[in-house]
Amino acid sequence: MEHFISLFVRSIFVDNMIFAFFLGMCSYLAVSKTVKTSFGLGIAVTFVLLTTVPVDYLLQTKVLADGALVEGVDLTFLAFILFIAVIAGIVQLVEMVVERFSPSLYAALGIFLPLIAVNCAIMGASLFMQQRIMLDPATSTQAISGISDCFAYALGSGIGWTLAIVCLAAIREKMAYSDVPKPLQGLGITFIIVGLMAMAFMCFSGLKI
Amino acid sequence: MSLFSKENGEVFMGPLNLNNPIAVQVLGICSALAVTSQLKPAIVMGLSVTVITAFSNVIISLIRKTIPNRIRIIVQLVVVAALVTVVSNILKAYVYDVSVQLSVYVGLIITNCILMGRLEAFAMQNGPWESFLDGIGNGLGYAIVLVAVGFVREILGFGTLLDFQIIPDSAFVENGGLYMNNGMMTMPAMALILVACFIWVHRSINKNIEQ
Repeated sequence: MEHFISLFVRSIFVDNMIFAFFLGMCSYLAVSKTVKTSFGLGIAVTFVLLTTVPVDYLLQTKVLADGALVEGVDLTFLAFILFIAVIAGIVQLVEMVVERFSPSLYAALGIFLPLIAVNCAIMGASLFMQQRIMLDPATSTQAISGISDCFAYALGSGIGWTLAIVCLAAIREKMAYSDVPKPLQGLGITFIIVGLMAMAFMCFSGLKI
Repeated sequence: MSLFSKENGEVFMGPLNLNNPIAVQVLGICSALAVTSQLKPAIVMGLSVTVITAFSNVIISLIRKTIPNRIRIIVQLVVVAALVTVVSNILKAYVYDVSVQLSVYVGLIITNCILMGRLEAFAMQNGPWESFLDGIGNGLGYAIVLVAVGFVREILGFGTLLDFQIIPDSAFVENGGLYMNNGMMTMPAMALILVACFIWVHRSINKNIEQ
């Protein structure tokens, strides 16, 4: 239980998807103009993470790992193709579910829902999960050793990403009337803001749960 | 259209400056920030992305008329994933220490926006040779930014450059001098601010880029 909570909290603040690993920057920069759309996108990304990381975990341990399917057969070279196919398929499913149960959210997200399939954060979470299976739970707080750890990691990563994008959107909304030098307007000043926020999040690195 | 015509020259030179994938098109930011703490991974990453973009552009351009529209994205993703698997294993075989430093970011080339962006915007509508030039151009434009950021970060953060000690050992505080490495440069936060400075300089020089 302690490992579960530690993994969850660390994924939100210390191993934040945006500020520590820069995953999902492209849609992050493009969508963070208003708080409302940012929050909707963050929830969508969290939901996709919660579905894809456990499925990829099962795929990795039961099919791809050395000796998992047949003794002596190591299929890890297929990991990239299989993971991206799983992600594309699940995003398609999520799209259909959202369209059926909440047409207004579907219309609000527009093109960004299918674009979650190529969001680095989703693929990155699965690839990090693949690395963390190798770690020993006794020595490392980042180790993933069961499907419940996967859920903690996925939920934490999603919430961390949502937190980052909502913060940036709030700051950019307030900055709409500031006097920024012309070459820095738009992209340049956004990078500087994200850099300062990343510096602020570095203070969490001493967190001991 | 001849092989090295003027239009093809523009297809190649555009992304190097006026249509730079990172500074202007805002694509491929994720890996540009993460792998540039030293120069060697930055060079390896830039070369890998150039090769993968060029060849995936060519492959998709060759089969562009036969892909059904509804599964277009899946076909593109599978082609890119296969190429990335090949390149990733080559890196693991020949430059193992760098591939460990790059860790997941080699796999993340699959979701790199530059590739998907160029496949959709260019390779699906143009012939193989033009797509190849476009891929090389965009890859090199991306590599230029990576090398610039990696150069600054490694010099100021570690004092070395590609395993050569540039700042002499005697200048450091531990050995009696006055100089200390700027530890902030090795942190992710500084990468963002350096890319912002690069964009600032780029936009000051090229005044005719519209927002």
